[in-house]
Amino acid sequence: MSDIVVDLEVNGVRYERTVPARLSLADFLRDSLGLTGTHLGCEHGVCGSCTVLVDGRSARSCLLLAAQVSGATVRTVEGLAESDGSPGTVQSALARHGGIQCGFCTPGFVVALTELVAEGKELDEEEIREALSGNICRCTGYHGAIAAAVELTGPDPGCAGCDQECGS
Amino acid sequence: MKPAAIDYARPASVADALSIMESDVEAKVLAGGQSLLAVMNFRLARPTQLIDIGSLAELNRIFDDDGSLLIGALRCHRDLETDPLVRDRLPPLAEAARHIGHIAIRNRGTLGGSIAHADPAAELPALAALLDAEIYVDSRQRGRRVYHAAEFFEARYTTLLEPDELVTWIRFPTLPADAGWGFTEAARRHGDFAIAGAFAVVELTGDRRLRRARAVLFGVTDRPWLIEAVELTGRVAAPDIWREFATAAMAELVDTMEGAYRWRVAAGCLARAFERAAANARAGAHE
Repeated sequence: MSDIVVDLEVNGVRYERTVPARLSLADFLRDSLGLTGTHLGCEHGVCGSCTVLVDGRSARSCLLLAAQVSGATVRTVEGLAESDGSPGTVQSALARHGGIQCGFCTPGFVVALTELVAEGKELDEEEIREALSGNICRCTGYHGAIAAAVELTGPDPGCAGCDQECGS
Repeated sequence: MKPAAIDYARPASVADALSIMESDVEAKVLAGGQSLLAVMNFRLARPTQLIDIGSLAELNRIFDDDGSLLIGALRCHRDLETDPLVRDRLPPLAEAARHIGHIAIRNRGTLGGSIAHADPAAELPALAALLDAEIYVDSRQRGRRVYHAAEFFEARYTTLLEPDELVTWIRFPTLPADAGWGFTEAARRHGDFAIAGAFAVVELTGDRRLRRARAVLFGVTDRPWLIEAVELTGRVAAPDIWREFATAAMAELVDTMEGAYRWRVAAGCLARAFERAAANARAGAHE
């Protein structure tokens, strides 16, 4: 069965690797590139933990073959921090609002929220809940994540929807 | 939860894809892969090779024709949902796309893939059947053929497609200006496949009587289930006629559907879709 040469950019670095055709993008990122920030939960597209950006659009890396994204630009959670390694805007908002519990689902939330913020649309809480419905948190820490999303995309930037004293 | 070993081809054109399909009828076409790769991860499907058409830009186009939208098979659900052209010319298509999975799924999943996969609970095959969209397919042996969506879906995951035929374009007729449409679906969780759902289209005469009322149910049988309310033609479209009609229209499904609950959910969806369609038709008539 065939091996495929993939040539793609991940978090600003170009990689060329020969991989089995059946290798998922998620396994490619984790095992071939050592980028283990992308988490694998269900491996059939339901949980959202493995969400990455492919050419700027969110995608399940468990439902993509590495071969399919040859030529594409991929961003993972590792590529969403500031250049000095400090947390990015989305990561900071999640931290501020307690939108992180055990952390397993967090990379998927960071990526999904990054896409939402990049779209630049003003969203109300219902739209945010719908937009984030593809990310499952088994700690059920949704309220913090939603509050972070409200801050990032809501009509009233600030701490709307959050009752925590965070000092910001 | 990993797919079995497989061969992979990425043809550079539709013609190249058709050549590979002709030579290997056990191969599967990979478009967005949001259903195919999931079943391959479960090893419910083990094709010999994947023919990845995902990067064929020629099939990722949309044309605004007179009375219809001609849409390439590779248009993704998210683009159908957000495209101002689709929202303006055929809003039920944008609405159907919005209810598929989640954003990350809709970014990859394609119109042609959904049509060819023919999941009986899927929104796009149902809408295509209701509007009797034209499904353009190509193959090396038979050239281009055009199927009518109302006849295309034969059973669960089964269509009229031959193994070497590729869905390339879908032509959706737009609705008459005075038609109203309604959509509703019931799912346990957001983004799940529906327990049942319905689209309805209602056209009224000038004095608010029903000229035509039709609907499609999905998730209730092994294919989109079409309903034409011929017995209501000429009646006043009062809001209270639809529950009785839905119950009667679905009577023949009582023994074929799994469980009374699903039947009741479906009947409720059907009635609500008609109510919304009729209300929208009335609202349109005021403008």
